[in-house]
Amino acid sequence: MDLRRPPRSSSGGVEPKIRQVGFVTPDVSSEPPAPAVPAAAAAAAQPAASSAGSPPASDLSPGSLSPVMIPPPRHADHLAPGSPSPAASASELGDDESWSRAPSAAELEANKGDLAEIRNDNVSASIPQKQKTSKAERRAIQEAQRAAKAAAKETGLSGKSAGTVSGANPAMSKQAKSSKASQKKDVPQAASTAASEKKVTERPPERDRKKDAPHPRMQFDDVHRVEKAKKRAIVNQSEARNRVELFRHLPQYVHGTQLPGLESKFFQLEPMHPSVYKVGLQYLSGEVSGGNGRCIAMLLAFKEAIKDYSTPPKKNLSRDLTAKISSYVSFLIECRPLSISMGNAIRFLKNRIAKLPLTLSESEAKSSLQSDIDRFINEKIVVADKVIVSHAITKVRDNDVLLTYGSSSVVEMILDHAHELGRKFRVIVVDSRPKLEGQGLLRRLVEKGINCTYTHINAISYIMHEVTRVFLGASSILSNGTVYSRVGTASVAMVAHAFGIPVLVCCEAYKFHERVQLDSICANELGDPDIILKVPGKADLGHLKNMADNENLQLLNLTYDATPSDYVSMIITDYGMLPPTSVPVIVREYRKEQLWI
Amino acid sequence: MPDVQPLVREFVLKLKRRKVEGSHAVARQTAELLRSVVSQHRMGSTNQAAALADAIRGVGEQLIAANPIELAVGNIVRRVLHIIKEEDISSTAVGIEGLSVTAESDDEYDSENDDHPTLSAAVLAAHARNALRAPSLQTLLEDIPVSTALSRSASSAGDSDGKSGDKSSKSRKLKHDVIAAIGDLIDEIDTCYDQISEQAVEHIHQNEVILTLGRSRTVKEFLYAAKEKKRSFRVFVAEGAPRYQGHVLAKELVEKGVQTTVITDSAVFAMISRVNMVIVGAHAIMANGGVIAPVGMNMVALAAQRHAVPFVVVAGSHKLCPLYPHNPEVLLNELKSPSDLLDFGEFSNCMNFSTQDGTPLLNVVNPTFDYVPPKLVSLFITDTGGHSPSYMYRLIAEYYSADDLVVKRSTTNYS
Repeated sequence: MDLRRPPRSSSGGVEPKIRQVGFVTPDVSSEPPAPAVPAAAAAAAQPAASSAGSPPASDLSPGSLSPVMIPPPRHADHLAPGSPSPAASASELGDDESWSRAPSAAELEANKGDLAEIRNDNVSASIPQKQKTSKAERRAIQEAQRAAKAAAKETGLSGKSAGTVSGANPAMSKQAKSSKASQKKDVPQAASTAASEKKVTERPPERDRKKDAPHPRMQFDDVHRVEKAKKRAIVNQSEARNRVELFRHLPQYVHGTQLPGLESKFFQLEPMHPSVYKVGLQYLSGEVSGGNGRCIAMLLAFKEAIKDYSTPPKKNLSRDLTAKISSYVSFLIECRPLSISMGNAIRFLKNRIAKLPLTLSESEAKSSLQSDIDRFINEKIVVADKVIVSHAITKVRDNDVLLTYGSSSVVEMILDHAHELGRKFRVIVVDSRPKLEGQGLLRRLVEKGINCTYTHINAISYIMHEVTRVFLGASSILSNGTVYSRVGTASVAMVAHAFGIPVLVCCEAYKFHERVQLDSICANELGDPDIILKVPGKADLGHLKNMADNENLQLLNLTYDATPSDYVSMIITDYGMLPPTSVPVIVREYRKEQLWI
Repeated sequence: MPDVQPLVREFVLKLKRRKVEGSHAVARQTAELLRSVVSQHRMGSTNQAAALADAIRGVGEQLIAANPIELAVGNIVRRVLHIIKEEDISSTAVGIEGLSVTAESDDEYDSENDDHPTLSAAVLAAHARNALRAPSLQTLLEDIPVSTALSRSASSAGDSDGKSGDKSSKSRKLKHDVIAAIGDLIDEIDTCYDQISEQAVEHIHQNEVILTLGRSRTVKEFLYAAKEKKRSFRVFVAEGAPRYQGHVLAKELVEKGVQTTVITDSAVFAMISRVNMVIVGAHAIMANGGVIAPVGMNMVALAAQRHAVPFVVVAGSHKLCPLYPHNPEVLLNELKSPSDLLDFGEFSNCMNFSTQDGTPLLNVVNPTFDYVPPKLVSLFITDTGGHSPSYMYRLIAEYYSADDLVVKRSTTNYS
């Protein structure tokens, strides 16, 4: 589907078809999931040392030098939102092998790296140049690399090399597309690879260091890429009028128009699995929201999709499945941009797919993946929540007045548990427009018999003098200690800090991310601006209804904001209770563990 | 004053039922009411000023008690009391001047007492100011002859019958002066916007990004004036739950051609890093420089302080209150109906829950005002110019007298 991509005659008919329907991310769209497919294929092929179709290699980098195979998976991962990397890691493994063992491969790598840098300089929507090597040559090179990798693997190299290999990934991905990888998942991958990279000294250091920096995300102010993305989209999004200039780099679409169209196409969308489709619709309508909820819904949908999956003939399971997952992910992104928790989960899944031993039969592979997904959900979310609650319960004492903002699943569990244990406390629920999520939480707490007070965010200065503790949830915690969560959290934390009240943020560790962010503008999600106009319960406030088309008026509906780390007293995770400065430590030390489970 | 009682009662009722709200409207109506009270007041023969002041205090007490949160009522009452004192002093000063002038020429006080030589306005003002200022060495030395002259004139006035004509003319003059001064006060209340808006150009330059919360008419006029002068600026308007007046302000600004972005209150911290200046209105300014503002303003002020963004409060001088705030979040605040926040229909099932001792499980808090401490305010722009918060207490001496802080009718009856 990416016309920029070199025609992959070797890949046959299946992959292009998949690419046509899928929509990666607008700027990734320039390299549709195809790279992911070949990458995955290449990665999977390498360990198996089987001669897989060469196309993947050539597909790998849209515009990347075709002879270079390994990087493509990485870069493909970067292209596909959230698909960083199981494929990448696998290819990294291979790369590492080739690096240390096959000088030719290293040279290729070097070439690639140079090209990557050159290409990085030309940040534009133009098609990167491809080296012209014949298919046979490419196939030969790839086979050589795969053989080298297989040999290395048999000698039992650890994942460290893979880590280092993945270090090269960022370079690849950079080649791929003028540095506009869409998802933050790329960043974690880059970071983790960077970490492991340091351990292997064989790596050419200078080039790798440049790749250590996390990938910048998809930026929507590049008109060409956005146009291309739109052509490939399943969901027809029309851009909102009166976009706020400050947020030109984020997608702003008119909401509410796609749902009926998508619903009607439910049975027509052949390659899209119905459960994935259903989850996408649930995101679009807002039925499923919240970091954990969305992540679990998505993983369960993927589980269904894997259950129904059957490998097409002559295709490698991991490569094909990774491509399919990538296409699903791109569809979900069209419905609603991925949350960081979802991104991390997708990375985990792709990693597991890539690490499937080749000796497994299809049904065994599928059941293994399904159990992996169950394990992820259980360990990283369900059990993690229990651990968080057990830690946090020590911070709830009798006669406490606890304040919470919005509706966080973990905080609700903490309050429920404290109430079950018979602690005497009362809760203040602070809410804000336009989502008014606090009302749902309020209702559930009152039904359980917890004494609640409800107020809106403007009144926090009034209510704060009664409060003893503030419990907040988070969508993610970034590596500089910034808490990325629902818009308004920063204000609550600020006022609590001004009154000297401890702020405790409860967040599962799988939501941590290597990215850093200083303010709420550089990365955010823009919601439906028209909701701002409609104030529920006040019909007479139709002042602005007729002015929506006025060019002087803009409406801004932010979804997230970034709370500076100095407002946060403590972060409660399943790894324990930490200060905000410990987050990058967790990310670095435990990320590999998460990826390689 | 039987004629004015119905008017007073009606206004008291309006205040109690919150039919009239907003400092400007309240201030204006209070001033007009007090003007009617003064004009209907029957001036006695002695101590007219004191009697008049007492009448005003009686009415003022009722008005303040009707809505203690509406500080503008108390402000205007105290202003009027101050005006009465001022006018009294100045008219007495005229008499004093006359006395002192005649004293130098002759010993015949009585004959000269009928004479009320018109003194220059400056001298009158000087006398008035001296009488009302806190005692300083200079004024102490000047005051002694004035006070003795005053007592002498009073006693001499009391003695002679020929003074009755003077007294009535003097009392008429006092009433007339007071009514004229209250009229000036009403004009001042009405024209404060113009004077404040004139200063807009000094503070808003090109390509400025301004943040405001809710709707203040003073801010609106301020921004209009800057727009008139062709300054290009953008405004972020936070909606200002639960009244959502920000939408109204946004509409007005857009109609004037100002680039406006409406944001939710929760997004203030997120957006304030890109803002150059925060300009807000106030409900009242307290003597310590603290601000009683619509709810949410403290959050905005803290965010502005964090990002080193100037926090500018624009307010007319009728909002300046001579009281110092004590626990203003609670004592100078008003809680409005929960229906603004929660729909009663939706939450009717939650309303029925209660704990064992019968206290409800669900409370809703909907305060109207917020207190912003003076250390968070960068600048006050009033119709007298720009001031820092630490200066506001000096302005009080100009508008109010110290013994009017507690508006209470004195028990002694004046004839």
